[in-house]
Amino acid sequence: MYGKGILKGLGVTLKRFIDTYLDDISWWMQGKKRYYTTEGVAHRSSKNTRGIFTVQYPEEQLIQPEEFRYIPFLIHDGDDKKDIRCTSCGICAKVCPPQCIWIVRTNDPQTGKPVPQPAEFYIDMDICMNCGFCAEYCPFDAIKMDHDFAIASYERNVYNLEKLLKPASYYAEIRPLNYNKEEEARKAKEAAKAAKASAAATATPAA
Amino acid sequence: MTAPDSTTTIDLVARFPDFVTADARPGFSGFIVKKENLVEVATTLRDEFGFDLLSNVTGVDYLADNKMEVVYHLHRTTGGPGLVIKVQVERVDPVEVPSLIDVWAGADFQEREAWDLMGIKFIGHPDLRRILMWEGFEGHPLRKDYKEAFFEEEVKPFKSRWPDGKHTYAEFKNPFRDNLKFPEGFDPDKYAPQSEDDLYFSLERSSMKKEEGDLNTDHIVVNMGPHHPSTHGVLRVAVELDGETITSLKPVMGYLHRNHDKIGERNTYLQIIPYTDRLDYFNSMANNFGYVTTVEKLMNIPVAERAEYIRVIMAELSRVQNHLIFIGMLINDLGSMYTPSLYAFEERELILDIFEAVSGARMMCNYFRFGGVVRDIPEDAMQKIKDLVFDRLQAKTDEMERFLNENEVLVARLQGVHVLNAEEAIHHSVTGPVLRAAGVPYDLRRADPYSVYDRFDFDVAVRYNGDMYDNYLIRFDEIRQSLRILEQALKQIPEGPINSQKPQYQVRVPAGEAYGRIESPKGELGFYVVSNGKPNPYRYHVRAPSFVNLTAVETMCKGVKIADFVALLAMLDIVMGEVDR
Amino acid sequence: MEENKYEGLNLPNYNIPEDIQNVVSITTLDRLYNWGRRWSVWPLMFGLACCAIEMIAAQTARYDMARFGMEVMRPTPRQADMMLVSGTVTKKMLPSIIRLYNQMPEPKYVVAMGACASSGGPFKEGYNVVAGIDKFLPVDVYIPGCPPTPQALIAGMIKLQEKIDKQSIKKVRWYEKGKVDSNYVPMPILGPDLIDVRRNAEYKEAAAKKEGVA
Repeated sequence: MYGKGILKGLGVTLKRFIDTYLDDISWWMQGKKRYYTTEGVAHRSSKNTRGIFTVQYPEEQLIQPEEFRYIPFLIHDGDDKKDIRCTSCGICAKVCPPQCIWIVRTNDPQTGKPVPQPAEFYIDMDICMNCGFCAEYCPFDAIKMDHDFAIASYERNVYNLEKLLKPASYYAEIRPLNYNKEEEARKAKEAAKAAKASAAATATPAA
Repeated sequence: MTAPDSTTTIDLVARFPDFVTADARPGFSGFIVKKENLVEVATTLRDEFGFDLLSNVTGVDYLADNKMEVVYHLHRTTGGPGLVIKVQVERVDPVEVPSLIDVWAGADFQEREAWDLMGIKFIGHPDLRRILMWEGFEGHPLRKDYKEAFFEEEVKPFKSRWPDGKHTYAEFKNPFRDNLKFPEGFDPDKYAPQSEDDLYFSLERSSMKKEEGDLNTDHIVVNMGPHHPSTHGVLRVAVELDGETITSLKPVMGYLHRNHDKIGERNTYLQIIPYTDRLDYFNSMANNFGYVTTVEKLMNIPVAERAEYIRVIMAELSRVQNHLIFIGMLINDLGSMYTPSLYAFEERELILDIFEAVSGARMMCNYFRFGGVVRDIPEDAMQKIKDLVFDRLQAKTDEMERFLNENEVLVARLQGVHVLNAEEAIHHSVTGPVLRAAGVPYDLRRADPYSVYDRFDFDVAVRYNGDMYDNYLIRFDEIRQSLRILEQALKQIPEGPINSQKPQYQVRVPAGEAYGRIESPKGELGFYVVSNGKPNPYRYHVRAPSFVNLTAVETMCKGVKIADFVALLAMLDIVMGEVDR
Repeated sequence: MEENKYEGLNLPNYNIPEDIQNVVSITTLDRLYNWGRRWSVWPLMFGLACCAIEMIAAQTARYDMARFGMEVMRPTPRQADMMLVSGTVTKKMLPSIIRLYNQMPEPKYVVAMGACASSGGPFKEGYNVVAGIDKFLPVDVYIPGCPPTPQALIAGMIKLQEKIDKQSIKKVRWYEKGKVDSNYVPMPILGPDLIDVRRNAEYKEAAAKKEGVA
């Protein structure tokens, strides 16, 4: 029959249309909220999703995986922005493919020798290609990729140190697994260092 | 796998002792042919030795030796390793090399590109115009002595970034406060831009037979694009029409030419990886794959076993979503706005979720590293891949087929509209699904296996009619085969480290050359890298399947109706990021 | 949503009796104009590069820009309100982009989506890349990202809506007195390099001083 193929196709469309309401009803029967809940969004991103597929940003948001990366930020420990992890070693600036990181190293005013602290740190967000190399190759876990993507603005974006710094607690919040792994590694390292130091301390008087 | 892939069996020097020598530079391979005899050698290679597919043509500028080299990579569509021939000429203007367009029509655009970017004149090429830049542009940018307006240093990293990196815009370093430079004594008021007559004259104006009493008609030239809703990005096509029938056409490209090669030669080897993401932006995983395979060949390093499987999984997932989008977009081009492409995008979103979970980004994954991958697949993402592969994608592909395959309108539009036959396709260096739909079972995963593809049981999808409907159906076949590979890979994937190397931001690459190629969803994606032992490649060239496949578009479209042209273009599945690079 | 006060047509602080709320509205002309604008920003169906794919994705089922009145992608500039510059602007493409912009009727907005459109992005150093569309067109919103995810794009669109809310008919650039010409950008010419005809004198001067010559 001519037109059978079209009807078949229309059947698929109809099924998709009905699926939405079937799911709506089954969620309602189970007493669960399908919209505006994390559970609902998770279901709509799973293999079982059928019918409606829309995640209504900004009212609801897709669940971001831990590894999601948008733009880089710098981490400081503690509450004020003084204890910066960055030592201005420059690896991020060297590895950056579009070369959008600028770092001014601090010099000790008396000796003129470099101090492990950046004096200025710029990232041109309008050049940054979100590749994540800076975070990947930073030996001090000082630069990480952010999850915040709602950063549209009315002018060009060059971030300075002030704008780049975010507390370590924020990092722990967006990337808990990585944060815990890094903290453990750091503690292990410090413990090893302390053990070495105490071993050296006990060894010296004997010598 | 890591051995140089040429000169394995054929002794070309014995055949042509007078004008062929083996390339003896350490790390290099292939044969150097005298330019006077190039056409003869090429014809022999094609007719006697069976190298029917010209994969890649590119130039290398050896400034220090005052030489220019043209490199040809040849392959057989029956499979097996390839052959490299080279022509070396003095670097004096004009640099002249005979054109091979009569031996392999696939040389057409690639030679034009070499002329445009390197300034190598191919004698005998009938239409040697600039292809990526515009006529009238000053200079040949890929020559080693060409410097851009924003030129800062020969290689990255730039010294101005650290340790005294005060932020400045690149504009402030240029006298024009912009990305511009002009020849000496240039007067903009007196400048008359070059007309595009050359383009229009290149269209074959077929003379119209007129008989007594005929209506006075004429052919018209229509420009489609670069802003056109269905040319898949910023492609422009100048079409000559007789009524509604196409008599001649020329694609005009370069509207997205982002200087990938030039920037690549300044980057370190590692820094190129995220740039390759932006070639074929539907398949960043496949691009990564091709590039790292090539550099691994040069570095001669093994790849971690688990990483090989992860690579295959990612590449195949990316093929599935690419073909789904192809189907959606094809139907879009045929005039059915939206519904099928919306369905296709749904599955794509789910696959992109996986990419996001493993690599951090939806489209620009930047996931592969030399020797392995960045990180292992997180557990929840692994579960998601299994869910999709075993439970969902198969059913959704079936649904898509049910939805569209028998649709009478679709069948009427697609069936019997000839795309390419096997000879035409091979002659024009067309690869990928279009070649396979013409009945040539040429799939690099089988023909020249890379990675661990030789461990999987799958069929090379082939169809024989070479019409649009076959081209459309073969995409479904390939999705099915990809799912088969995925199922096996997910079952076989071993535990273990995900990188054979230590993470390092500066890799050591010994001097030499390598041409690596993989089967990207669009065709043969090749990378040609020449290293001189420094942290940056000396020459970096991408053999983009979309670009080379476009060579055949003129043959494909002559004599068809203009309405079919849009669909025919969709068949090639071009992505402008890859065409223009 | 309650927190979005601008969304409504009514001026705040005017209490309209409940039974006639559906028929009566007290508002200003600006507010009426902006209310109409913000919910019907039709984008030009116009993609340049990778960002265009994310723009398409934002139009599809999962993100569904139709919720913002932005689903009607117009292939012709004559019917579009917003140019979403989605991708790398090359010198070769620029004349076409300027022509499209000139053909758009007012009110017209330009959104620079992604790093490339904002400043040239990772390809900035290239010889064929324009270092930001804002050198030629007045950009309303910049969206960083490479490419911005569809959600980031929608966040940028909301930013544009907020901008529209604050506009006044008297002051928008296309109705302001003496500034009518700012909607027309002269076409650049493709010469030995891109020639911005507004800056010819500058080029000549530099050529005379032998600055920046090839």
